[in-house]
Amino acid sequence: MSNAAETPTIPRPAWKSPEMAARRRKRYAADRRLQRCGMAAIVFALGFLVLLVASLLYTGASAFIQTKARVTIDLTSADVSADDLMGAPWRRIVRGSLLALEPTEIPRSDRRAYFRMFTSSAPFLVRDHVIANPDLIGKTFQFEVPFSDPLDQFAKGQISRDTPEDRRRVSNQQIGWFDNLQASGIVSKPFNWGLIFNSDSRFPELAGLAGAISGSFWTLLVCFLISFPVGIAAAIYLEEFAPKNRLTDLIEININNLAAVPSVVFGLLGLAVFLGWFGLPRSAPLVGGMVLSLMTLPTMIIVTRAALRSVPSSIREAALGIGASRHEAILHHMLPLSMPTILTGTIIGLAQALGETAPLLLIGMNAFITSPPEGVFSASTALPTQIYIWADSPERGFVSRTSAAILVLLGFLVLMNGLAVFLRNRFERRW
Amino acid sequence: MIAYLVLFLVIAAVIAYFVASRRAVAVAGDDTRGLHSRPIYHGLNALVYTAVPAFIFILLWLLFEGSVIDMMLMSAYPGADAMTGSERDLLISEIRQVAVGNIFREPTPEITAAVEQIRSLNATANILLGAAVVIIALAGAALAVTSVSKRFLARHSFERSVTIFMIFASTVAILTTIGIVASLLYEAFQFFQRVPVTDFLFGLRWEPQIPLREDQIAGQGAFGAIPVFVGTILVAALAMAVAVPVGILSAIYLTEYASPRFRAVVKPMLEILAGIPTVVYGFFAVLTVAPALRQAGLSLGLDVAPNSAIAAGGVMGIMLIPFISSLSDDAFAAVPQAIRDGSLAVGATKGETIRKVLLPAALPGIVGGVLLALSRAIGETMIVVMAAGLIAKMTVNPLDSVTTVTVQIVTLLIGDSEFDNPKTLAAFALGLMLFIITLFLNLIALRVVRKYREKY
Repeated sequence: MSNAAETPTIPRPAWKSPEMAARRRKRYAADRRLQRCGMAAIVFALGFLVLLVASLLYTGASAFIQTKARVTIDLTSADVSADDLMGAPWRRIVRGSLLALEPTEIPRSDRRAYFRMFTSSAPFLVRDHVIANPDLIGKTFQFEVPFSDPLDQFAKGQISRDTPEDRRRVSNQQIGWFDNLQASGIVSKPFNWGLIFNSDSRFPELAGLAGAISGSFWTLLVCFLISFPVGIAAAIYLEEFAPKNRLTDLIEININNLAAVPSVVFGLLGLAVFLGWFGLPRSAPLVGGMVLSLMTLPTMIIVTRAALRSVPSSIREAALGIGASRHEAILHHMLPLSMPTILTGTIIGLAQALGETAPLLLIGMNAFITSPPEGVFSASTALPTQIYIWADSPERGFVSRTSAAILVLLGFLVLMNGLAVFLRNRFERRW
Repeated sequence: MIAYLVLFLVIAAVIAYFVASRRAVAVAGDDTRGLHSRPIYHGLNALVYTAVPAFIFILLWLLFEGSVIDMMLMSAYPGADAMTGSERDLLISEIRQVAVGNIFREPTPEITAAVEQIRSLNATANILLGAAVVIIALAGAALAVTSVSKRFLARHSFERSVTIFMIFASTVAILTTIGIVASLLYEAFQFFQRVPVTDFLFGLRWEPQIPLREDQIAGQGAFGAIPVFVGTILVAALAMAVAVPVGILSAIYLTEYASPRFRAVVKPMLEILAGIPTVVYGFFAVLTVAPALRQAGLSLGLDVAPNSAIAAGGVMGIMLIPFISSLSDDAFAAVPQAIRDGSLAVGATKGETIRKVLLPAALPGIVGGVLLALSRAIGETMIVVMAAGLIAKMTVNPLDSVTTVTVQIVTLLIGDSEFDNPKTLAAFALGLMLFIITLFLNLIALRVVRKYREKY
């Protein structure tokens, strides 16, 4: 065996030696370190997710209830007639009722501070209530008047009695009155339906999301009406009909690039082109929806193309084989089969559009508007821009309102994504 | 008016559909197989011919009606030639307000005359539009209905209309890009006529609050964008410093160490981070992160600004974690199992395989993902608008307050739509820079991924 003599003998490492054992330990330790780092990274990311949701819940939960006082309004006097409800002395009536709540007579000099415990819009609330229910005229009825923001926060324990008087927004005198009211059992803390059904207001205790929710609805409706048909049509053309040439290449590159353009640039486009050149109305859900549809279009096209591609070609060939035209094969057979996937993608795209803020700010959907929009042409806000407006407001009461508004927005997002998952699981075909 | 016209079009189109398809059946007699196209196609063809041309006409009319009427108003208004653009806009909006009955002060005789004119113009325009739409719709319907015959290729005609719509739909993406580029270039060009390009690109002072009137006391206005760029880079770098290590490490853990069940639970949870709207992150930064960092800084004896770069950048980094994580995940998944097995077979530990074999093999994909994330960080708006500062400072101190390109765009344009002063135009110049930079980053990222991807 001469060959064996020529191969140099490799010294076998001394695996069992202490040096090698130490080296192995080091290598395994490095291994474990990497694993722990990975775990730490996941814990870090998820920890922030938990922190985010927890801090929103913590600050936002209190905005879902509103402290109110049950006031007896007396309309038996002749001041209020059905002919001139707007002109009736609501302020005097409501203030009289408010004063009647307190067991002791409040001296004139203190009345200002007393009335400030209640929302300053109380007369208008009563007026609107009576206008909506004219049969109340000439009767005595109960009405829930919201407390103003400082008292509301005090009642929820966010302003402490122990804070020195000059460092809190509620005076000792007001606390005394409030205790009296509470003792007489007229203070209640019902669920704050106003948060959902009121429109924006300068006063936190009255501000609600109705305008923002309907603004978002109109915006998304416009966005859907544009991006859904246009996206599907573009996808069908590019996937099934387009010849392979430079123009279609350019379109493909364009679509991929558009998906990565910063959203604020779309806002600039909307501002310069839709508002500046075309003269469309500012702050309108129409323009917001148009801008958002341009942003969701790439998503729509990509999703639809993937859905069409996943339909087996036997379907198309069978349709063509029995004499359908290409259009018929696609519109009658392939499109219906891929519709669940397309709808899933559409809902996810719309959910993204619902959370989009920056482009809407640039086209002016951050205006202060106190009534819900009547249609796509009237000025309005949207949920995310309303959040931005409230986050910017100096009043303390808006902090919890903002968190609550975010929770409402996240609720809508969860609903939409849940619907998408449901559609996918229920209707999507696996070929 | 428009609503009635659209309603008319819908009704007319439906009637045309039924008339044409009935007629097709009548023409065919007993045997519908004699028809080239089924009756439904004759109907659909009539529907398209009735509604679509008229509808396109309405859209075009709406686009140009306002500006044409404004032009006619101004040509008749005494002294309008001498006015600046914004004065003219103000005048027009006043005339329009008076025309719909919102009178704030006693209108001048000129305005009253203009209001008379605008009312008569509007009335004429409405009559013209209505007449034109009715004529176009009826002509289309007549054409489609009369052409119904056994040999008429109604299906071909209808499918041609559908194809034209599909081609139009696929050019929308190009039109959007053209719109973006054109509007940014046009407004930025206006800006560079007032402020030299070199001042903008290399200037060291950014003070866009300029006096709008002669007698107003304000800063003189300086449009050197370097401090804004520095702030943008600082915030983006802080975001990447959080997102890159956390994203890559979590991807490593999820692909290489985690059990399938752990992965199935944790990966969707990480994806939630990407689905949260950015305005929520902005509020989170203001509400929780910034005060916490300030407290931490105070206890260490550091002075942290209330709207520090590190708060904005850090929160932005958290938002980008799932982005980097899922792109790295894809890159790791693309490395064939054989390479892992080979490395393990020669005695490398799992960690060594990951660090010395997997990571280099997946690097192009990871780098591409990081570049895409960087482009997102630069273009991200709401977090910085809410959590970063407004004043441009030349600093790279992460504890200080800086401003970014997107913050400046938003603050310069909120509540302002007059395009004739450098302050608002500057936003478009910044937008152009932003568009170019993100476009480049995206193109490079795609190229890196394509070119350096290992082919196995």
